[in-house]
Amino acid sequence: MMSKLIKDGAIVANEWQLLDKPESASAAVPAGKVIVHLSVWLEQKDTLISRSDIGVWLDNVDTADLLGSDAQQLPLVAVNFPVFMDGRGFTAARLLRERYGFEGELRAIGNFIRDQLCYLKRCGVNAFACSDEINMEAALASLNDFSESYQVAIDTPLPLFRRRA
Amino acid sequence: MYLYDKFDHKILAERVAQFRDQTERFLTGELKPEEFLPLRLQNGLYVQRLAPMLRVNVPYGMVNAPQLRKLAHVARKYDKGYVHISTRQNVQFNWPNLSEVPDILAELAEVEMHATQSSGNCIRNTTSDQFAGIALDESIDPRPYCEIIRQWSSFHPEFAFLPRKFKIAVTGASDDRAAVQVHDIGLQMQRNAAGEIGFRVLVGGGLGRTPVIGSMIREFLPEQDLLSYLDAVLRVYNQLGNRLNKYKARIKILVRAITPAVFAEKVEAEWMHLKDSAAKLTQAEIDRARGFFTEPAYESLDGTAAQASLNALTADNKAFGKWLERNVIEHSKAGYAAITLSLKPTGVAPGDVTDVQLEAIADLAEQFSFGEARTTHQQNIVLGDVKKSDLFTLWQACKKYGFATPNIDTLTDLICCPGGDFCSLANAKSLPIADDIQRAFSDMDYVYDLGDIDLNISGCMNACGHHHVGHIGIIGVDKKGEEFYQVQLGGNAGTNTSLGKVIGPSFRREEVTGVIQKVLDIYLENRTEEELFIDTYRRLGMAPYKARIYPKAEEAK
Ligand code: SF4
Repeated sequence: MMSKLIKDGAIVANEWQLLDKPESASAAVPAGKVIVHLSVWLEQKDTLISRSDIGVWLDNVDTADLLGSDAQQLPLVAVNFPVFMDGRGFTAARLLRERYGFEGELRAIGNFIRDQLCYLKRCGVNAFACSDEINMEAALASLNDFSESYQVAIDTPLPLFRRRA
Repeated sequence: MYLYDKFDHKILAERVAQFRDQTERFLTGELKPEEFLPLRLQNGLYVQRLAPMLRVNVPYGMVNAPQLRKLAHVARKYDKGYVHISTRQNVQFNWPNLSEVPDILAELAEVEMHATQSSGNCIRNTTSDQFAGIALDESIDPRPYCEIIRQWSSFHPEFAFLPRKFKIAVTGASDDRAAVQVHDIGLQMQRNAAGEIGFRVLVGGGLGRTPVIGSMIREFLPEQDLLSYLDAVLRVYNQLGNRLNKYKARIKILVRAITPAVFAEKVEAEWMHLKDSAAKLTQAEIDRARGFFTEPAYESLDGTAAQASLNALTADNKAFGKWLERNVIEHSKAGYAAITLSLKPTGVAPGDVTDVQLEAIADLAEQFSFGEARTTHQQNIVLGDVKKSDLFTLWQACKKYGFATPNIDTLTDLICCPGGDFCSLANAKSLPIADDIQRAFSDMDYVYDLGDIDLNISGCMNACGHHHVGHIGIIGVDKKGEEFYQVQLGGNAGTNTSLGKVIGPSFRREEVTGVIQKVLDIYLENRTEEELFIDTYRRLGMAPYKARIYPKAEEAK
């Protein structure tokens, strides 16, 4: 799981352990760099906040406002794609960046496909925990499928109409 | 018309390259069919009953002569020599080879055309009024705003995997020819008391399995806020739309579930964050977009004299007069007219047009209409800027190429989806029904006497043939594996949009024209002098139609 990682345009080792969503949000959180589900964070944030090795993941049904500006205190937030056709994570990622001021590692996890990387990047995702099926070199290259774009996005603070000339 | 600059060309070229790679990976087995599916859909490619179908966008219906010639070339080189005009103003190729689609897209990109997001769960081609910019009842030309929306929606990174497809329509006229009330978002352009331009925003309209008329969520959206507000609507929908049941995934279901008022509140709350961001349109951009839709080099003509000579011609030529009456409308410029080329002659699938005809339209457009044409959601083609003094010559040319059928807005100008002959979702064939009706009602004097009637046919409840908003709507249904047809009455697509109601149990194909005849009989027997078909229906209600069509059921009561 999460054997391969693209981060900031390079292939790097993954140092974080992703923890499943536990039945009880008060389940003990192990030591080390771990990514806990949002429910665990919300339940235990008073104690978890003192740790610098806690990341939080949002599932497809978890909207970004549930984590809100707590994100600013975290080194890593992950957005899960249980199925690649479910595009809620694109909005969650973008809101974390532009509304909730998250500047740490924003990681896509789950079953997204390589052909979504360039849009995910535009929505502020800078790390991709790729499934084993994804060819990493090709995935890296696909981040640059488009060198120009029309809209405002995290990677393009000004829309094309403000840059056109 | 909008012309691409280096940015538009670059973005589109990169898209074609991306899809070429995706197609190759699919063909070598690297990309799974289920992964390729949304990617090919977002590049216009369906897999149909017999072959793939490629849907090419005609943004808000505007097409120029080089584009028409390119479509003809593609039809000849990669397909069977004809295309189909869809009910959303687009062009469909029915028989391309999947492996050649990247080449087709590359050829289309040369003339600034694309199939971007013409299918799939994303923001589709924005549609508009086929008489935009020339209609007498128009206050603001919607096309510059449609182009702004086209660019914003193309490759929008956040909204490429929505719960379901998403369609936007814009009109700037008082008579709604863009069916804005049955779109996911309908925008009606208007000026406020201060004379500023903006949009009345409707949301959650749609046809399909659950037809709904859109709800107004904002009375006046200033023009510079167009994109930030659209972002807000889409963002609310992307987060809250139903993703578990595809039949409940359209925005209309969400709007109904949480109520339009609550939906509007959520949009406003989201929009407050976005309103003054960089997404706010600049006056420079609005002016730039408008600059592409200025008036062509009209001559200043004497409108009265032009009309007088037309009248003289019609005195000796009844057929020309009929064509003028049905296929020609007044233009906002004196001495000019807009003409509709009918793609509904009997014996041809409604909306089908051959390579030779496409080239003829290109020639006619260049000769008579500043090189531009428009596709319509009624599946015809319009030449928008023809001098009245050219109409007689143009009519003769139209006859030669088969476009002169003088039936626009009549019973035989029917809207019809491709249905079971092509579409894998169909319950029943729709084209043979269209053909039956056109043949049964071939007496044009009878048809003219009926006046304006919209008859719309869909092969299934997906409603691509807009049967809910036909004055008469026909929909294919499956009864234990057999093809049957339900008939509806009372729909309307225009300003007073209404949704049709089913008359009663469905019919076999051979019964349908007889049923239509009875419906028309009731109208002819009951109409007052000024009533159109829809007016009489609205006055009488369903009962007399029902009684005539199902007499036994009535007796049994
Ligand atoms: S209405 Fe049904 S049959 Fe007709 S084109 Fe649409 S999906 Fe196919």
